[in-house]
Amino acid sequence: MSEETDTSGRTVTESRGTKQGWRRFFQNLKRSSREQAELFVQSRLAVAGLLIVLFYFMLAVISPYIVPYGPSERIYMADGTWASLQPPMAGHPLGTTDAGYDVLSQLLLGSRIAMFVGLLGAFMVAVIGTTVGIVAGYYGGWIDEVVMRVVDILYGLPFIPFVVVIATVFGASVWNIIFGVALLYWLSTARVIRSEVLSVRERPYIEAAEAAGASDFRIMAVHILPNVIPLSALYAAIAVGYSIVAQASIAFLGFGDPNVPSWGVMLQRAFVTQSFGEAWWWTLPPGLSITLVVMGAYLVGRGYEEVANPQLQEK
Amino acid sequence: MVNKRYVARRFALMLASLFIVITILFFLFRQVPGGPMSAFTNPRMSQAARQAVIEQYGLNDPLWRQYIRYMVNVAQLDFGQSFYYGSSVSALITDRFLNTMSLMLTAFTISYTVGTYLGAQLGWLRGTAKERVGMVVVLFVRSMPVFWTGMVILYVFGFQLDVFPIGGMRESTASYDTTTAKFLSTDFLYHLVLPVFTLSTYYTGLPLLLMRNNILEVLSESYIDTARAKGLTNRRVLFVHAARTAILPVVTAFAIAIGFAVGGQVLIEQVFSWPGLGREMVQASLRSDYPVAQGAFALLSAIVITMNFVADLAYTYLDPRVRLGES
Repeated sequence: MSEETDTSGRTVTESRGTKQGWRRFFQNLKRSSREQAELFVQSRLAVAGLLIVLFYFMLAVISPYIVPYGPSERIYMADGTWASLQPPMAGHPLGTTDAGYDVLSQLLLGSRIAMFVGLLGAFMVAVIGTTVGIVAGYYGGWIDEVVMRVVDILYGLPFIPFVVVIATVFGASVWNIIFGVALLYWLSTARVIRSEVLSVRERPYIEAAEAAGASDFRIMAVHILPNVIPLSALYAAIAVGYSIVAQASIAFLGFGDPNVPSWGVMLQRAFVTQSFGEAWWWTLPPGLSITLVVMGAYLVGRGYEEVANPQLQEK
Repeated sequence: MVNKRYVARRFALMLASLFIVITILFFLFRQVPGGPMSAFTNPRMSQAARQAVIEQYGLNDPLWRQYIRYMVNVAQLDFGQSFYYGSSVSALITDRFLNTMSLMLTAFTISYTVGTYLGAQLGWLRGTAKERVGMVVVLFVRSMPVFWTGMVILYVFGFQLDVFPIGGMRESTASYDTTTAKFLSTDFLYHLVLPVFTLSTYYTGLPLLLMRNNILEVLSESYIDTARAKGLTNRRVLFVHAARTAILPVVTAFAIAIGFAVGGQVLIEQVFSWPGLGREMVQASLRSDYPVAQGAFALLSAIVITMNFVADLAYTYLDPRVRLGES
């Protein structure tokens, strides 16, 4: 009997404690994010980057409702022939492809897959890299050793060839790229987070939390995580660009899903038909879009790093 | 300076990584839909001929026996016979490796020279309008997908101006007596210009940004103030005093960057129809020519792993303050 009450009593206090801890965690997060946002807007480049990313994100959301033509909807000339490789004109501001498709419509719809891959890839890189880094750095010992050796081995897998193999085995799909990004791009994030955790772990308040009887999970989640969030956010921002370029590259090599309109598939079509030697209106827009999104995400990450690391701020 | 035990341990780890990578690859390729015989889907091939090929490659043995035989052969640098070419994979991938490296190392040499120089300049200009414009340009160029840059450069110089060949490594009629003659011919250099230009544009960003950051750090040191107080010219302070210290991390980055870049070579090889290792790997995958795909991938991995190893050692060697493996 007494044992039972004991157990239940402890559970109650622990859950209340956890709740308080999380509340404090979110309060801290809210306060610090407001402070950081104020610093962030001081960097004009970072704001420009954010605007670029938001612009393409908005396009991705609304494009299905605004595109004038379907991605594979053939345009015909007045005389009934295919409107193949038509330069920009009224009605088709970016011209047409060799198969008579509207370039602007493909470009707009392509932003969806780019944003999807970019954001999901970045999310996975941040979650996996941060979790692995914190666990390895906090526990140390053999866990750290095993994790770091796995990281070393995965470093030996070149990304594009590996995704090509995966695509050969499992068929062309955007999930192969997500899988490749999730498997191989968290490595540097994990390394950096781990070394940061190694130094955070030695701080006195961690020892105080341990002495107060906090669980390992609680120490990692409430006391260590907030310290490394700026770093993982930076690496996530960079991973947005990496993932988008990865998707475009794999599609360019012919291992993308040809039925999903994407910037990589557009460039691949322009290349394999050799139309890019003439149809600049077909090649330039998707390439420029990739460049702008990648640069925008990088500028956001760098701006955020300057906020989080005062040593980098311009005097 | 370099701890012998650390090097030995690191070397063992390197071999273990390679072993694991080759193992993963072996089993992955056995999962390909259609099985390893899909390269021979010639409908006119008789049942007997098909059986003979299967026997010849030992494809009806249990998987574990095939695996052991493969690993023993690989240990002797024998990657088997290509299903497609019918010739030795080792000879084929050695040839493709030289093609990849000739392109990549030329581009790396150019971009690290140019990048270090421009990075030092940019660091010196800190806080000026010129620097801000320069940074935006550098970041933009660095964000361009390399295969797209290649397409744009081909559009301008290959198609519109028609001054350079649009692909390949040499004229189809050309033949050479020796490998050296092959790589030193003007025909080869002529084909090299556009791909090297594209790659250099792409690679210059990393050393440039690294050098700029290092210069920024070094410039706040007191010995730079001393040099200035002595009345030295800006040029001398920057290139003789600051750049020497700042260049160290760039040198280490060189080795790591080669390792990382080697997998991405396939893109530029595809754009310029350059007969390199990555392109061969992609084509072999499409043709279900596993021996070639596996061999090419193993070699790519070996380059990455070796370069990481070299980078670690270079780091300890160049900066005596770093003592790895003594914790």
